[in-house]
Amino acid sequence: MTNILKRKKVRDIETVKTHLSSPWASFAAILLATIWTIPTFGLFVTSFRPSTGINTSGWWTVLTKPEFTLENYSRVLFEGRGATPPLSQYFFNTFAIVVPSTIIPITIAIFAAYAIAWFDFKGRNFIFFSIFALQVIPLQMSLIPLLQLFSGGLHIGSVTIIPSFGITGTFIPIWLAHTMFGLPLAIFLLHNFIAQLPRELIEAARVDGADYFKLFRQIVLPLSIPAIASFAIFQFLWVWNDLLVALTFGGGKREIAPLMVRLAEMTGTRGGDWELLTAGAFVSILVPVAVFFALQRYFVRGLLAGSVKG
Amino acid sequence: MLEVAARQTQLEQAFSKLTGLVLTVLIFALLVMLAFWLAERASEKIQRYVKYLLFLTPALVFLFIGLIGPALRTLYLSFRDARGDNFVGLENYHWAFTQPEILEVLKNTGIWMVVAPLASTGFGLTIAVLTDRMRRPGLVKSLIFMPMAISFVGAGIIWKFVYQFQPNDRVAEIGLLSQIAEWLGFVPTNWILTSPLNTFLLIIVFVWIQTGFAMVVLSAAIKAIPDEILEASMLDGASGWKRFSKVTVPMIRGTIIVVLSTITIGALKVFDIIRTMTGGNFKTSVIANEMYNQSFRALNYGTGSALAIILFIGVLPLVAYNVVHLRRERAER
Repeated sequence: MTNILKRKKVRDIETVKTHLSSPWASFAAILLATIWTIPTFGLFVTSFRPSTGINTSGWWTVLTKPEFTLENYSRVLFEGRGATPPLSQYFFNTFAIVVPSTIIPITIAIFAAYAIAWFDFKGRNFIFFSIFALQVIPLQMSLIPLLQLFSGGLHIGSVTIIPSFGITGTFIPIWLAHTMFGLPLAIFLLHNFIAQLPRELIEAARVDGADYFKLFRQIVLPLSIPAIASFAIFQFLWVWNDLLVALTFGGGKREIAPLMVRLAEMTGTRGGDWELLTAGAFVSILVPVAVFFALQRYFVRGLLAGSVKG
Repeated sequence: MLEVAARQTQLEQAFSKLTGLVLTVLIFALLVMLAFWLAERASEKIQRYVKYLLFLTPALVFLFIGLIGPALRTLYLSFRDARGDNFVGLENYHWAFTQPEILEVLKNTGIWMVVAPLASTGFGLTIAVLTDRMRRPGLVKSLIFMPMAISFVGAGIIWKFVYQFQPNDRVAEIGLLSQIAEWLGFVPTNWILTSPLNTFLLIIVFVWIQTGFAMVVLSAAIKAIPDEILEASMLDGASGWKRFSKVTVPMIRGTIIVVLSTITIGALKVFDIIRTMTGGNFKTSVIANEMYNQSFRALNYGTGSALAIILFIGVLPLVAYNVVHLRRERAER
C-alpha cells in the first residue's frame, strides 16, 4: 500500500518536473553557456595558431582557413630570454609553492578543528567564532607587517623576539603566508564537518581507552577525508591562481616566482606577443581546470558548506 | 650546442626544485609523526596538556603572527609617516580622501562594489532557474562554473584578447569585441583606454568568474525548496514568472543575500584583474591595487596602511552580516 502511494508520489513529482522543464529554458541556458565559453575557446584556438596569423586575422577565421602549430608552446615553455628563464621553470616554482602551501595549512587546520570540536575546555565557542571572524581581515592588511617580519624579524627595543632566519628570497615566506591566510576558512570548513561526527562513536572509542591522539589518528582523520578533499581543492586552486601573495613575498626574485607572477609580467611588458601570452595562459589554466573537472563534486560540496552556511 | 647546455641546466634546476619540495614535505610529515609518537607514549597527566600544545597551539600561533598581529600593526602604521618613524595623526586618511587620484580610486571601488555583485548574482540566479528546468543541466553548469578554476590573471589575458584593438586600419581586427562592433556597424575604439567604459569591461571579467559561484549556491538553494510548495503554486495556476518572483525568490532570500555579500567582499578586494589588464592605469585603479602601489612601489607604508584600513572598514559590515547569519542558523539547529 505504502509502496503504491510512494510510486504515485514519484509519478506526480515527475509530472511537475516535466511540466517545469521547458525547451525555451534549455535553449536560453545553452546559449548563455556558449557565450560563457567563447572567450576561453578563443584563447585556446589562438595558442595553436602561428604568430603571423594571430596578428593579422581573428581566431574565428580558422573555421575557413585552418592553420595550426605547436611552436608557441615550445617557445614559451623552453626558450628563455636573456636573464629570464622559460615558463617551464616558473611551472616548477608554482608546483614547489602549491604543494607545501596546501599540505601545511590542512594539517594545522584539521588539528585545530578537532581540538575545538571535541576537547572540553572553556572558551571553545569564543575561539571558534573569533577564527571565523578573522576572515574579515583582508590579506592586504597583513602584507606590510608580515613582509617586515620575514625580512627583519621582530624586535621590541633592542630585544629580538623573533629572529629573521634569513628566509627572504626562498619559498618559505610564501608557504607561511599562504598557510596563515588559508587557516580561518580551513578551520571553519573542517570544524563544521568534524563537529558533526557521531558523538557515540567518539565516546565509544574513549571508553575503549583510546587517548585523544589515537582517537584522532584512528577515527577522526579517516572519517574526515571528504572534508579534507574539499578544502584541499580550494586551497590548491587558490594558491595556484594567486598573484598578490607571490608578488609580495617572492621579493621579485625570478628563481622562485610562480607562473602567475611571470604571466602578469608578460602581459604588462610584452602585451603584443599574443602567441606567447595565449600559450602561456593556457599552460597555467590547464592544471587547475583538470583538477576542477576531476573533483568538481568535492569542490561544490566545500563551496556550499562554506558559503550557504556562512 | 649552447641550446643543449641550456636545456641541461634547465633540467638540473627543475630537478633541484623538486628534490627540495619532496624533502620539505618529508621533513614536515616526519615531524608530525614524531610528535604523535611521543605524545601517545606520554603519561595521561602529560597528555592532558600536550593535546592542546599539539592540536590547538600551532593554529593559534599562526593566526596571531599572520593575521591578528599584522592587522594591529597596519592600524598603527596608518597613523605614521612613509617609513613608520613619526606619528602623523590622520594625515594619511586626509590624503586618501582629498587627493583627486585616490578619490578616483574610491569611486571605482564603489562602482565595483555595486555593479559586480548585482550582475554576478543576477546572471547566477537566471542560470540557476533556467538549468533547474532542464533535464540534463550538467554540461551547461560545468561550462558556466569553469571560470572559477581559472585564475584572475588567466582570465585577464583571455579578456584582454577579447578587448584587443587594432589601431592599423588596413589590418583586420583580432579582438572579438572589436569585430562584433564592426559587424554591428560601429567603429571600434581602443576599449581598454576609454574611461569610464574600461572599468565596466574589467568588471565583466570578474562577473564572468563569479557567476558560476552564484549559480552553484543558488541552484542548491532552489533545489531545497520543497516540491509541495511548487506543486501548490502550480495548482493555483501561477505562471512561470509569478512562480519565480512570488515563490522561488522569497524562499531563497537568505541565500541570495549571502551570495551578494560574499561577492561584494570579493569585488572590494579585487587586485589581479586590474594588475594584469591595465596595471591600474587609464583611471581603472581600485583600493587593493593602489594599496599595493603605495606600499611596494612608492614605498610609503603610511598611505598604504591607511588604504588597507579603509578596505577593512568596507569589508567589515559584510562579514559581520555573514557571521550573524551563521550564528542564527546554528541557534536554529
